[in-house]
Amino acid sequence: MATAEVERKRGQLAALSIAVVVVLVGVPLWWRTTETYRAWLPVNQINELAELQLQLSVDVEVVFSRGTLMPEQQKKVPFTRTQEEAQKVDDDTTLRYRYESKYRTANIMEEDALKQPTAAEADLSLHTLSASPCGSVVVYVIPETSVLLPQGVDVYIGHRRTAVLRMGAPMSVGKNHKQLLAHLEPRITQVVQVMSFSHTDITAALSDRVRLSPGSKESLADSMRSFKSSPGYEITFSLLNPDPKSHRLDWDIEGAVHSYIQPLLTKLAPLANFSIDSQILYYAMLGVNPRFDSSLEAYTLNADSLAHVINPVEARLGSNAASSNPVLNFLLYVPDAHHSPLYIHDHQKQPVASNAFHSPRWGGIMVYNVNDLYGRGETPLPVNININMEKVMGVFLAQLRLMLGVQSSPAPPGFLVEPCGGAGLADWELDRLMWSRTVENVATATTTITSLAQLLDQIGNIVINDNIASQVSSTVTSLQLAVAELEAGNLGFALQYSKEAILASERAFFDPSLLHLLYFPDDQKFAIYIPLFLPMCVPILLSLIKIASEARQRRKLKQSKKD
Amino acid sequence: MAARRCLGLWFFLITLCVVSTGADVLHTTPVTGTESSAAGTETVVARELPEAPSDPGEHTAAEPTREGEQNDRTRGGEQTLGQPTREEEQEQEKTREGEQTPAQPTREEEEEEEEQEQTRGEEEFTREEEEEELTREEEELTTEEEELTREEEEQTREEEELTTEEEELTTEEEELTREEEEQTREEEEEQQTTAQQEEQTKRWEATELEEEHVHDAAVPPLAGDPPAADPPSPPPSKDDFQEELVIRPLHSGDIYASFQFRTVWDADFMGDQKVSHYRLFPKSLGQVITKFSVRELHISFTQGYWRTMQWGQPYLPSPPGAELWVWFQDTVTDVDGTWKELTNVLSGIFCASLNFIDSTNTVQPSASFKPLGIGNVTDHSFLRYATLPREIVCTENLTPWKKLLPCGSKAGLSVLLKSEKLFHSTFHSQAVHVRPVCQDPQCRTTSMELRQTLNVVFDLHTSGQGKREWSLFKMFSRTLTEACPLASSSKVYVDVTDNPQGEQFELSPATPLLTQAVVLGDRRTYSVYDLTQQASFGSSRSLNMLLRWKNSHNNVVPPVMLRPLLHSERYVAGYGLQAGEIHTLIYNHHPYRAFPVLLLSAVPWYLRLYIHTLTVSSKGKDNRPSYIHYQPSKDRERPHLLEMLLQLPPNSVTEVTVEFERALLKWTEYTPDPNHGFYVGSSVISALVPSVVAMDTNSTLDRPLFSSFFPCKEEASYFMRVYTEPLLVNLPTPDFSMPYNVICLTCTVVAVGYGSLYNLLTRTFQVDEPSPGLAKRIANVIRRFRGVPLL
Repeated sequence: MATAEVERKRGQLAALSIAVVVVLVGVPLWWRTTETYRAWLPVNQINELAELQLQLSVDVEVVFSRGTLMPEQQKKVPFTRTQEEAQKVDDDTTLRYRYESKYRTANIMEEDALKQPTAAEADLSLHTLSASPCGSVVVYVIPETSVLLPQGVDVYIGHRRTAVLRMGAPMSVGKNHKQLLAHLEPRITQVVQVMSFSHTDITAALSDRVRLSPGSKESLADSMRSFKSSPGYEITFSLLNPDPKSHRLDWDIEGAVHSYIQPLLTKLAPLANFSIDSQILYYAMLGVNPRFDSSLEAYTLNADSLAHVINPVEARLGSNAASSNPVLNFLLYVPDAHHSPLYIHDHQKQPVASNAFHSPRWGGIMVYNVNDLYGRGETPLPVNININMEKVMGVFLAQLRLMLGVQSSPAPPGFLVEPCGGAGLADWELDRLMWSRTVENVATATTTITSLAQLLDQIGNIVINDNIASQVSSTVTSLQLAVAELEAGNLGFALQYSKEAILASERAFFDPSLLHLLYFPDDQKFAIYIPLFLPMCVPILLSLIKIASEARQRRKLKQSKKD
Repeated sequence: MAARRCLGLWFFLITLCVVSTGADVLHTTPVTGTESSAAGTETVVARELPEAPSDPGEHTAAEPTREGEQNDRTRGGEQTLGQPTREEEQEQEKTREGEQTPAQPTREEEEEEEEQEQTRGEEEFTREEEEEELTREEEELTTEEEELTREEEEQTREEEELTTEEEELTTEEEELTREEEEQTREEEEEQQTTAQQEEQTKRWEATELEEEHVHDAAVPPLAGDPPAADPPSPPPSKDDFQEELVIRPLHSGDIYASFQFRTVWDADFMGDQKVSHYRLFPKSLGQVITKFSVRELHISFTQGYWRTMQWGQPYLPSPPGAELWVWFQDTVTDVDGTWKELTNVLSGIFCASLNFIDSTNTVQPSASFKPLGIGNVTDHSFLRYATLPREIVCTENLTPWKKLLPCGSKAGLSVLLKSEKLFHSTFHSQAVHVRPVCQDPQCRTTSMELRQTLNVVFDLHTSGQGKREWSLFKMFSRTLTEACPLASSSKVYVDVTDNPQGEQFELSPATPLLTQAVVLGDRRTYSVYDLTQQASFGSSRSLNMLLRWKNSHNNVVPPVMLRPLLHSERYVAGYGLQAGEIHTLIYNHHPYRAFPVLLLSAVPWYLRLYIHTLTVSSKGKDNRPSYIHYQPSKDRERPHLLEMLLQLPPNSVTEVTVEFERALLKWTEYTPDPNHGFYVGSSVISALVPSVVAMDTNSTLDRPLFSSFFPCKEEASYFMRVYTEPLLVNLPTPDFSMPYNVICLTCTVVAVGYGSLYNLLTRTFQVDEPSPGLAKRIANVIRRFRGVPLL
């Protein structure tokens, strides 16, 4: 009996120890060998970024020229003054605008500059005096009586980052400085909104992140016209020659690009890389047959049919094989002799002056009629035709500005905005673009990185390699830096970091290694595990149950004995 | 062996001597009475004459033409003439021995010449370079040796021994061949004094492209050329586009159509200035070339296999499937990375699976693929070569190819390219070749050349309904109505060499223009239709050429086709799924000339080649390759690369065999249809084949496109590439439910073992009364029955 008892004890011990070995060695081994590799991701920081709190700071320098301030006002006007404005865009996006105004009086040289006969000259000489940094605004306040600005104009905005503001009439009467500032501040804010950013610009830039309430059709069209922010753009000019038999076209695209497009792109260089190509496509037809209008003795394309023009042509354009940047297409269509002249009509059935149209986020098409360049029929075909590039490039340049988002929203009344000159872009326009592009980049990068984190969190089978983890963390650092630089008002650096962030986030999101999903359906897993686990675990479980029940019985026995 | 070769050559020269006197009379017959053409001839000769005596090869090369012409251009006659009788052979041997000694002093001259050639950057097969490569190769081998595993090391050592032996052999051979050449020189110098005058006419013939008006002899020869048709455009155009279609009736009754479109652009892709404004050159390709710093790019897609023995040589050879080879500029630092990106981009452009090109099927040939354009690059680390024999070519590859043409498929010859007909053919091959070429003979400036070629063979029975009658409409279901307005030249050539008097077939509409071109070492005659001339289209305003054979009903066998001088076969031998043997047969059908060929084969890593079993034999004897470059494979990393230089004896079959073992793949590495087998790409044979006629070495001269693709460096021989069949090899293929079965089985075994162990450990054992055995129980029953006490 004693030996039997010892045997049973030994058996129980053996069963227990096997169970322990299985739990301590087998289960971790199984776990370790079947797990997918997932590198560590900065999830907390990503979640912080998901709640985006952007603060945009602008340095505004307000310079009072002689005759605008009373001496006692001059003493009391504070040196700096900060004005903040918070806007809640949606649940996890808040925007704060911060205008840091510095007040000072003009020095002698600036006074001299302001005495120039015209505002444009004043603007130029003020610029030579001091170059203000990227993203800042200088407002010169001139007295009511000044002749620098023409009648009826209160604010003048030049090519650089300076504006000239006429002191309003009621303030020429001296009052205390608080009233003066209270009077000036809304006007200065208005100037700054034109020259750097307005709330509508910024919310439009956030469209990737925030679903906007559907506004009017026009504003939607406006917001969708320009290209998304991207680190580079490919600009392609294509000359479409549908009938090389009757005319041979020559265009000096190299010269035209050099003199018209390149200055603008040089100016935009901090924003993105641009590359320019051109090609000539022969036998490229439009998708619609233009209708002959006998009253005009010309062929016409209606605004409704313009949508169908692009598709057949686009098949011939060819995508850029060497890069994956978005392509801006500019097509010059020279209709053949039998369908010429060809005019584009707008919705009101009026001919469009430029004879060109554009398609949002795609490019522009211009029709160039050459029928008057044909001889009187006696010249042998094909006729050689040189295209007037000045006319063409004027249209394309305007379209390019639209596509890139250099749109000047109509200035408020009383504002005089100097039209853009040879460079095609004023400094403050560039700043404006940079503000919205930076915000857009930050918004896009945060959405990309948060959705990536969500995806990886939801699907546990995706392998996360180290390079993806490093891309993600570099995105996060760049984003944090960009946000910080925006807060500090360093627009240039902010843009730079936001570009880095967007590049890194795209690389992480589109990394091909994420596609290698180690995915096994559950039924297959069970089919493979059952032959091993079932015969192994059942005896262990049974003996454990037996041991437990025996122990319970013994305890009961002991209790009854005690009783 | 060498002696016999000398003998053959010797005999050849003598026959030439005999024949040459009567030849030029025959040659001039088509040109009789054309004063102006004779004048043209003389000017050409005057220009080229000073150079003439210095070239040893040209006389021998030029003369066979006459012989050929005398025999009505059929080679059959030439062959019978070429067979030496026994007595003659002996006689010649005597004379040869007599003349061999005076030939010796000219050796120095010969060497000087060789030096000159080298400075000119001549063809890869010249002896000097061969030696260079040999030494370089040896260096490579020694460095490689250290890396190799022990087994491979042994192999390479063997191989090295082999090559050193070879070297000795080649030097011997070389001497012999030099002697031969000297003899020919001697011979020629003798001839030269007598035959100076004939020489001149002959040279003119070599430059070809004399366009003769058969009907209207008074018209000066070059009047029909396209430049006259072009209205003079004011600015000198920087790019130029030409298109051309060659139709060659094949002896099997099939018909071969070869399109070539050539765009030449004076843009400097190699410079620092970025090229970005495109006119005729396709933008997509130009961007690729610029971005990846490509010097030369050759890509071909082929469906079907070119049957050399039935069809003769193609104008542009290509292997079945896809082939891509690229020379990068020497500014590229990471060649492998660039290659990978490039293949991916090209895969997108041509809608092909070129993205499957990776390191396991890419090789760097050391000698076989020299740049075809200008630039004497020798560092083959900038070269990448890959084939995809599995690639199926279809419409989706044709459409992007057509998009690269300036006229698309809207005008010109490209209207014929309709996929429903093109792919209803026995053989279809389309290719794109980009290379830098010289603009002028002095090669001061270079330009980029893009050649798009498309070759198609229509079958007599499937496309032709068994009737030997072909027309453009029957082939392509379209006719020609105009030339591409952008093309400076647009021509259709029909090969009428076998049909000089119209006795074989009838060609309508008849064309007054005839031209001769030297292509693939043979002089061919072509009828030309110039599409830039309105007259070509006739009154119906459309051109629908019709070739109708006269003997279409009665089965008169057409004249025997010339046997191609070089062709090859390849097959896998052996049985079972473990080992095998690759046999490559290379045929030299030249009756009396031996010539060297370069054989390249790239074999995937899963066929493990045993290089020590490599044997090369011709005519039953061992044929030692004079140069071997072997790069062993690495599993899942790179394929085997075997290149060797072989001397093919005249009229012989050379057999190259190598044994291999099939590797077991991982289960994810099998293709979706593993029992179909695994493809091994075609071997490539590159050769300088001795030419029957003098080849034209001036590459900038205006020539038909089909005859000007491979640059020709010397007149006596022409370059040719032959692709063997791809192989289909069965690998040991597992049952793919096996992994699951194995898992289940092992799990069960483990479970059973574990179960018994567990039982042993946990059960308690008790001593039990053993129950009585069966016999005892039966006995007890009986005992009880009997009343006897139990046991």
